[in-house]
Amino acid sequence: MTDGAIKGYAEADARWTCGNCGRPLKPGPVVLTYLGSEFTVELMRCTACGLVLVPEDLALGRMAEVEKLLEDK
Amino acid sequence: MDQARLRTLESRCIQEEPPRCRAACPLHVDARALCGHVASGEVDKAWAVLKRHMPLPSVLARICDQPCRAACLRGEAGDPVRVGDLERAVARNPEPLTRTLPVPPRQGRVLVAGAGPSGLTAAWDLAKKGWRVTVVTTAPGPGGPLRDLPPGLLPPEVLDTEIKRLESMGVAFRLESPANPLTSVPEGFDAALVALDDPAQGMASSDAPEPDTLAIGEGLFACGEPVGDPPSWVGLMASGRKAAVSLDRFLQKVSLTAGRDREGPFETRLFTNIEGVEPLPETPMADPAGYSLDEAGAEAARCLDCQCLECVKACPYLAHFQSHPKAYARQIYNNAAIVKGHHTANILINSCMLCGLCTQLCPENFPMAETCLTARRSMVARSKMPPSAFEFALEDMAQACSDICFLARPAPGPDGPDRCDLLFFPGCQLAGSAPDRVEAAYQGLLAADGATGLMLGCCGAPAHWAGQEAMFRDHAAMLRGHWEAMGRPTVIPACPTCLDTLRLALPEAAMESLWEYWARTGLPRGGGRPLPQAAPAVLDPCSARREPGMRQGARAVLKTLGVETLELPRLTGELAFCCGYGGLAHNANPPLADETARQRAAESEADYVTYCAMCRDRLARVGKRVVHVMDLLFASPNESDPAARPDPGFSGRRENRALLRARLLRTIWKEDQAMPDTEAVVLRMSPEVAALLEQRRIMPDDVRRAVAGAESSGRRLTDPATGRRLASFKPRTVTFWVEYSPLEDGFEVFNAWCHRMEIKAVPS
Repeated sequence: MTDGAIKGYAEADARWTCGNCGRPLKPGPVVLTYLGSEFTVELMRCTACGLVLVPEDLALGRMAEVEKLLEDK
Repeated sequence: MDQARLRTLESRCIQEEPPRCRAACPLHVDARALCGHVASGEVDKAWAVLKRHMPLPSVLARICDQPCRAACLRGEAGDPVRVGDLERAVARNPEPLTRTLPVPPRQGRVLVAGAGPSGLTAAWDLAKKGWRVTVVTTAPGPGGPLRDLPPGLLPPEVLDTEIKRLESMGVAFRLESPANPLTSVPEGFDAALVALDDPAQGMASSDAPEPDTLAIGEGLFACGEPVGDPPSWVGLMASGRKAAVSLDRFLQKVSLTAGRDREGPFETRLFTNIEGVEPLPETPMADPAGYSLDEAGAEAARCLDCQCLECVKACPYLAHFQSHPKAYARQIYNNAAIVKGHHTANILINSCMLCGLCTQLCPENFPMAETCLTARRSMVARSKMPPSAFEFALEDMAQACSDICFLARPAPGPDGPDRCDLLFFPGCQLAGSAPDRVEAAYQGLLAADGATGLMLGCCGAPAHWAGQEAMFRDHAAMLRGHWEAMGRPTVIPACPTCLDTLRLALPEAAMESLWEYWARTGLPRGGGRPLPQAAPAVLDPCSARREPGMRQGARAVLKTLGVETLELPRLTGELAFCCGYGGLAHNANPPLADETARQRAAESEADYVTYCAMCRDRLARVGKRVVHVMDLLFASPNESDPAARPDPGFSGRRENRALLRARLLRTIWKEDQAMPDTEAVVLRMSPEVAALLEQRRIMPDDVRRAVAGAESSGRRLTDPATGRRLASFKPRTVTFWVEYSPLEDGFEVFNAWCHRMEIKAVPS
């Protein structure tokens, strides 16, 4: 995960809608941070209230790898 | 750790010490490597081993008188390996061509007077270093006593080939009458050497050479004094090599004596365990002329391939990182020195079980656990400890000491508030694993002595193991406060790790393990006490290794119960090994910790009986049938098979602790205590989902709070097609996601995951 928006969602994530606003989620840039490092990732989020989805595949896959790398830095 | 400390540490691991054969060889030929290659039929590689250390290899390989054989460890389990015959078998095969890099010539000129084995060796070594060497000898030419050997042993053409090779290396041979005795370096040369094993040439001044350097004068050296009868060929060549080292140093104007202590044969520090090695006789030689390659292969295969690895053979952790403590110490040292880049040894440091079995097994007591713990403390102090390494275990410790689980009370009743002579400390893992047994044990202790108080909570082991020194000190101070308020009672821990840790945390407290206490005072009244059908093997936990009294106490309790037991074949008592929980290895490296538990489970086919709750649960987790002594004491008659009791897991243990505290307050202290509100949000999930959450270390309490939060705030995602909802919740550093749907009486959970990365901003 480097600078620039990396795609962090799958098409299947479009099944979720915002329970708050009732709107479908749309992909957009989200800034993630861990141990002082920041990354911009394209994630599904509510365009109205900003509620973001971190899907399981991302959390347990790439995100976990990057967390590990940063922890050992 | 500084450089000096690293060196001291490294020197305590002897795995890289040479095997006996190599240490005994005056030239330090690697006979162990030779045997390996001959055994696997790799003649070219065997040749390469010979060429690495031998001068005139095709000569020496044929005539070597194998002083290594007398030192060979195989001799203590059968006959020593016939290394000399292996060398000859290799030497009968064509020498593989190897490219030698030309050495830049140097200005110094060396005269070698005498062309016997020592003189030729010196010429070989000095020419390889680029010195301009002239060898003088008389007719019939170079070789000296080598010319007198039977041609079947050393064909003359083999010697001639090596002489030609010397010439191609720049060595000049001159036939001339000896100008003896040589008392100074002759004109035209910068240094000179008299090789005494060439009778035609070798005469030095009557002074014996200086033994450490073979010097007989300024720039003048003597070698080749025959030793033994018949003289050892390899010994003569080693003498030439020793003189060549001195000459080289003389010409380079450096110390002649520094760092030469292991130049000749020496005693290695390498230890090799030959327990259980089957004795094997030497391989017969069909043709007296020498071994065939097949015969040589069979003979070489008898080599024990001497290694120490005492620790690595026993510990899956040490084996996992594919090296040995000497190398690990350096990796740990380097890890701390990294400023930019990845700390690749973090996982090495954090995976150690800190049990210390390796130190016990090590001939030099290498302190691996201490090295890892020191490194962890340093990482914590420098804020370099990966947050995920031990956080879950430290949260578990915090939960065990939270208001809902912690309890420190004198006994109820007339004695209680005024007198507390004994303090039962079951340990938070036993409380989490078998709360009903803890309750029965306390009831039994109270019945025997009405002045027995109770402390439910954590001993602080996770903080200690995680390298969190300040946290451990604070925790110890908290425990001390309660202990002093109760009148400094004698502490009775049930858990071996608690005993070990409380000795650190409360060194001033008198302590006696529960097992010793019961062995001394008699057992409490028990439950159904179903005896095991077959004798179980006693599994000593690693934390009881330094506690012989506790080990004997547990066995005495089992004997009183009428339980016949077996002993494990090796890793028991003082050599007890860890189940994978120790040092929080299960937290930093779960797969390795599980492998460790499986290995521990496989030590005996028998069921196990142990007195450590973590050993019990971790082995149960990998499918081993195992009971805790508490199970044998207090299982109720309707519990048909306590050895099959499943591991309650982290979530189960947390809930059990809270339930135990509430229950004891009600039953023992008669306080109107509401049971913990664990069911405020009713969760339902399939066993598969429950197992998944346990594996991901997502606790039901966090799931409940995620769902409750999402339901009350409305901040959640929904899937209109299925009606499922998705909640996220970040109570501390970790963010939890829970996929669920509402039921009439609660919620069904389908999935949950978590991550540590945080959402910082959502640009619109």
